[in-house]
Amino acid sequence: MTIPWRRTGRGGWTWSSVLAALLVAVPVVMVVGSVLRPSTDVWSQQWSTRLPGELRDTALLLVGVAIGTTVLGAGLAWLVSAYRFPGSKPFGWMLILPLAMPSYILGFLTLSTIGPTGPVQDWWREQFGRDAWFPDVDSLWGAIATFTLVLYPYVYLLSRAALRDQAGGAYQAARTLGASRSEATRRIILPLIRPAIAAGGAVVMMETLTDFATVQYFGVDTVSVGVFRVWRGTYDRNAAAEIATLVLAFALLAIGLERIARGRARFGQSGGAGAGIEPTQLRGWRAAAAVATCLAVILAAFAGPVVRLAAWAIQEQRSDRGTPQLDQYPDYLWNSVQLVIFAVLACTAVAVVLANAQRFGRPRITKLSSRITAMGYAVPGPVVGIGVILAVVALDDALGWIGLELPGAVATGSILVLVYAYFIRFLAPGLGAVESGIGQVSDEMTASARTLGSGSIDTMRRVHVPLMRSSFVVAAVLVGVDALKELPIVLLLRPFGFDTLPVWVYNLASESRYQQAALPALSIIAVALLPVMLLARQLDRPDP
Amino acid sequence: MSTSALRVGGVTKRFGEVVAVDDVSFDVADTELLALVGPSGCGKSTLLRLIAGLFPSDGGVIELDGVVADDEHTSLPPEKRRVGLVFQEHALFPHLSVAKNVGFGVRASTSERNSRVSEMLDLVGMSGYTDRFPHELSGGERQRVALARALAPRPALMLLDEPFASLDPNLRVQIRDDVVDILRSTRTPAVFVTHDQNEALAVGDRVAVMNAGRVAQLDTPEQIFHRPASRFVASFMGEADFLSPADVRDGLGGHEFVATDVDPADSGDLMVRPDDIEFEPSADGGATVTGVEFRGSSRCYTLQLRSGATVRSLRSHLVDTPIDTHVRPSLVPGHRPVPIAD
Repeated sequence: MTIPWRRTGRGGWTWSSVLAALLVAVPVVMVVGSVLRPSTDVWSQQWSTRLPGELRDTALLLVGVAIGTTVLGAGLAWLVSAYRFPGSKPFGWMLILPLAMPSYILGFLTLSTIGPTGPVQDWWREQFGRDAWFPDVDSLWGAIATFTLVLYPYVYLLSRAALRDQAGGAYQAARTLGASRSEATRRIILPLIRPAIAAGGAVVMMETLTDFATVQYFGVDTVSVGVFRVWRGTYDRNAAAEIATLVLAFALLAIGLERIARGRARFGQSGGAGAGIEPTQLRGWRAAAAVATCLAVILAAFAGPVVRLAAWAIQEQRSDRGTPQLDQYPDYLWNSVQLVIFAVLACTAVAVVLANAQRFGRPRITKLSSRITAMGYAVPGPVVGIGVILAVVALDDALGWIGLELPGAVATGSILVLVYAYFIRFLAPGLGAVESGIGQVSDEMTASARTLGSGSIDTMRRVHVPLMRSSFVVAAVLVGVDALKELPIVLLLRPFGFDTLPVWVYNLASESRYQQAALPALSIIAVALLPVMLLARQLDRPDP
Repeated sequence: MSTSALRVGGVTKRFGEVVAVDDVSFDVADTELLALVGPSGCGKSTLLRLIAGLFPSDGGVIELDGVVADDEHTSLPPEKRRVGLVFQEHALFPHLSVAKNVGFGVRASTSERNSRVSEMLDLVGMSGYTDRFPHELSGGERQRVALARALAPRPALMLLDEPFASLDPNLRVQIRDDVVDILRSTRTPAVFVTHDQNEALAVGDRVAVMNAGRVAQLDTPEQIFHRPASRFVASFMGEADFLSPADVRDGLGGHEFVATDVDPADSGDLMVRPDDIEFEPSADGGATVTGVEFRGSSRCYTLQLRSGATVRSLRSHLVDTPIDTHVRPSLVPGHRPVPIAD
């Protein structure tokens, strides 16, 4: 009686998917669990020193970035959807280019350009005198501006999709019912795209919360910085875990805010899908202002920084010092590539298992497992990092107890720990791609193969995999680029002396050696452009 | 003695709160063609998938050729059941050629497989298509390839799920007859799911009518049509009107039907089909024409009896009686009203 369904071959698939879900969930649960055994001295010490300031800065930063990205993202989405002006089509996709710009690169460019020692302030002082007032870039404001410019595309993309897929039919219906343009906008468009804005805002806050590198350029201390400082300073994993629960609390707060902002609205309808809003032609100064707005954003968030980096890289090449960093480049690149390969292999392989388990295992359990593993993407990096340390230490203890030694110093980090953290963070995009790939294979095709005598593994090999192949490439690109760009988790977990390209950029930038950081920064952006261009092409196609 | 190709005993399947298949039992004899018909959502496709082993049942027994495929102790995976499955959408493998599709399930040496593939393609009349890909075929051609693919491993039972629903109506009857001929010539027993009553009556050696997860009636096509076991079967398997015994006695001039045919204790209604009823214009006939539907070769009249009950009458298109005409309805000689139990 205990093995009734095992003979169907469902058990293996079901258990594999449960195991994957556990791999993702256990570290996070362990972080939460650390609150159950609080070490009061750590808390009191933190409370009396940095923590109040960290909480305040985190809250201000999140609110500022949320407002900034909402205004910029939704505003630009409205501009390119509702109006036509010279270049409105190309601007439509160029506005997502900042997705390829990591915040830790734009951050130091912002500082070096309009910061206290940058050319803008030099010029300002020349014009208006030595003590002329200039906004304090080296502050929370600078951080908010940087994150806003890097992250607004999330809100922009979701708002644009909502405007195109949902708002069109309803807007036209409102107009035929006698509503004016502005009335229809206020009463129909805004409520309809509110869920998209809320969802975008939540993603933006998660991304902001994950970072603890960029904010340090600006001297902003968030709770994420707190986790980093406690862990790298004392290697007290329990103390770090306790601060990490605060990061998680902020993340939950962000999700709660999204729920509230969205209200009960769940607009899945597609009344007149793809119809969109009939754009109005702008002329004269209005058209000029629209063009100027788009240009300014693209220039500030992408084109300007890239040109500046390119100039630096060339300068560095020609300088008398030669290019000492070129000697190190292959080493750092190799470290990055190793991480990318491991992350891609782990994420894609597990994603393939999860996607197939939904076909071959018990449906309800395997679907739930997949949803749980996908939530890893929403867990902020510091929480994942500390959670992975807790989990690996626990594993180490357990293995030690049965007389096995895990090689390598677990506490100070190893590649294994890094890859595990990457796996949790980046499984979701890979799974998304692979799931849409298996979506191309109908249930009937699977059933046909099975009744023709193929077992589940044979069916996967002969039918699923050949038909899913292109989705593997998409999954590999998405996971690989995320893994290549990733900085905070590496900083938190890297073995001593293990530098990747982003770490190298960050170290150079922290020491204000901007010129030398230019070349690795440019290579990261170049690779990150890959998925962005894929997305841009998709965006361009169905647009009416 | 011969065992049944398929025995379904008290099979039940739930999806959450919904009981999709509710205590269903029936047998399919060797070489028999069973049509499974019912409205959408009645559980017929779920039942087919249970037989194929695409998911385990929640109760009951499924036996294939005398071997238990599914009961409380075991649930054989589909690849162990030796059933062939043909879907409405054909589900050909798009990355494989016609020959590779048909050969997919044949476990044999290359040369044996090749000869089996060409034998099957001959059988379905697709010999010239070996190297084509599914997207290069028409709907009817895909259907033939799907059938050849399912037959190639010599299944003990064929399961067909609405196999013709996606075909052009003009092609449908032709391909349906071809498929039935092929199943008969290979002596393959089959369960055939459809929502089309005429198809079920035309194809099945026997017909099982399903409703709300249960088998409402299982019988020969003639019995299903002429002796429906319930009001549901009567109206689902053709046009039916239900009259009280008094209406029949007083309102219809019956030739053979006499009131004594009806058990006085039986308060149930009597079913008549439109082709059972004819009428003559008559000022004191006791009925009035209230509706006419032109159907090309025939006209379907709606007649209102004095009691207020209505009954339909199917007449030749040559009969053209205007609305409001007073008529005398009567039973066509040889036709009899059928008592309905519920």
